[in-house]
Amino acid sequence: MIMPTETNQLTFSKVPINEGMKSALQKDRGEIIAMVSQSGLKGRGGAGFPTGIKWNLAAAAQDDQKFVVCNADEGEPGTYKDRVILTDYANLVFEGMTIGGYAIGARKGILYLRAEYTYLRSFLEDLLERRRRTGFLGQNVMGKRGFDFDIEIRMGAGAYVCGEETALIESLEGQRGEPRNRPPFPVNTGFMGHPTIVNNVETFAWVTCILVKGADWFRKIGTEKSTGLKLFSVSGDCSFSGVFEFPMGITVAELLERVGGIGAKAVQVGGASGHCVPASEFDRTIAFEDVPTGGSIIVFGPDRDMLAVAKNFMEFFIDESCGQCTPCREGNERLLEGILMLEQGRCSMRYLRELCALGETMQAASKCGLGQSSPNAFLSIVAHFKDEILGRAPVAD
Amino acid sequence: MLVSEREQLRENIEQWVAQYGSDRSALIPVLQEVQRKYHHISEYVMQVVADTLNIHPVEVYGVVSFYSFIGLRPKGRFIIRLCRTISCAMQGNNRIARQLENDLGIHFGETTPDGNFTLEWANCLGMCDRGPAMLVNDRIFTQVTPESVHEILDECRKAFGAHTFQGEETCPL
Repeated sequence: MIMPTETNQLTFSKVPINEGMKSALQKDRGEIIAMVSQSGLKGRGGAGFPTGIKWNLAAAAQDDQKFVVCNADEGEPGTYKDRVILTDYANLVFEGMTIGGYAIGARKGILYLRAEYTYLRSFLEDLLERRRRTGFLGQNVMGKRGFDFDIEIRMGAGAYVCGEETALIESLEGQRGEPRNRPPFPVNTGFMGHPTIVNNVETFAWVTCILVKGADWFRKIGTEKSTGLKLFSVSGDCSFSGVFEFPMGITVAELLERVGGIGAKAVQVGGASGHCVPASEFDRTIAFEDVPTGGSIIVFGPDRDMLAVAKNFMEFFIDESCGQCTPCREGNERLLEGILMLEQGRCSMRYLRELCALGETMQAASKCGLGQSSPNAFLSIVAHFKDEILGRAPVAD
Repeated sequence: MLVSEREQLRENIEQWVAQYGSDRSALIPVLQEVQRKYHHISEYVMQVVADTLNIHPVEVYGVVSFYSFIGLRPKGRFIIRLCRTISCAMQGNNRIARQLENDLGIHFGETTPDGNFTLEWANCLGMCDRGPAMLVNDRIFTQVTPESVHEILDECRKAFGAHTFQGEETCPL
């Protein structure tokens, strides 16, 4: 038996099921999108694209077929809030998808669930079946004439890069999960060439909450550019690991205090593709305008070897790079080589600088978010922990 | 491989294609069914799937070689995937790894000679709050200790006691 993940009091637990949908179906499509735009909700997967704009573009696109895709390919190291949402509040997600379908004029939703979460599938299928039986999915949803919507679950097959929306669509179409060039964006040319919105699990759940509690409620929380609440998956050297709901704009220091991580020497915000924030910068805020995150918080205590952290992340990216573009495919290998040299105490400052320049080239020249962000951890660890990583005594293999 | 076994395999694939639809987007679900039943995707399977979906076998190969939960190499009945990502590493996954290797007598990336267990690394399994975590087929185990490794493996071995394995066959090719 698996112990449930610890959480603080989540807004999701207080939102009654199907209230959001009821409220949405009484509005017209434009009103719903206006409400989502007004709330300031930005994509909770980490990229932070305004949800309202995405929905508006898809709604405006002319096509007889449109799709709503829920991105449940939660693969970012240190992130597990979507697993908790799908375990405890899946109805809010399905509601959010249905609201999205109504708003943009789609009849079909697809939940793309990562292969590692296969154990959730039958539970989610049962839930969908129950929603079909009770009229919350299917033809004339909730008695709304002419609004048909159903949700299908599609399984991922083990590829981190499929969390990138165009790679996810490629995967749904039966292709290798290699990201596409953008534009065109999925809102015009998505699944099977039709307009498609791809949103994170948490984003859909917040949409449902916004329909119940109002756009102003959401907008008043957080910062001007990063409104609302956010779930954080906390792990590492702290007293309370688990999923925590905090307002956007919380400082790293405040967050550490809440999770019992005082004394940490660094916090990785945003997972392997995120940024390593050293203790000297703990007053920075977690928000799209400062340190962005999809929710992953990994706390490193005073005794952690930061080079080992960087090595773990680089091994991850080498394994998960799709290999399509050169900066990412080759660059990650070179950065790991550099880390191995540092580990053996054999890296000159000059070469380290060259590697940092390579990292910056990767950020600029890679095709998708994976390669653009894979050097982040390396660069921030080099920037803040030079004392720790240079001139080491060689380690035996 | 016996002709009748090949026919059975082809029949299964045709059935899955009928279930998931015959367009390209059915490819991954069909391959996932084959993987579940036969523990790998053989060249013969790739050819049959390609014929049925009316695409080139190289397209199928491209997909099979891309995803880590679908593969060309035959794997064991139980695929053990130990999380190697940072949060599990900080919670001592190296000791679990060593104990798994000790108890199974194989290294990571290998399958036991009896075809029962395959040992692999996995990237973040989303159990960072209660690591070390590992998947045994679709089942998740959290807060694994070096001692509990033995119990988990034993539980798998007991499953062999039941003479047949539900929905599972050895791949004829």
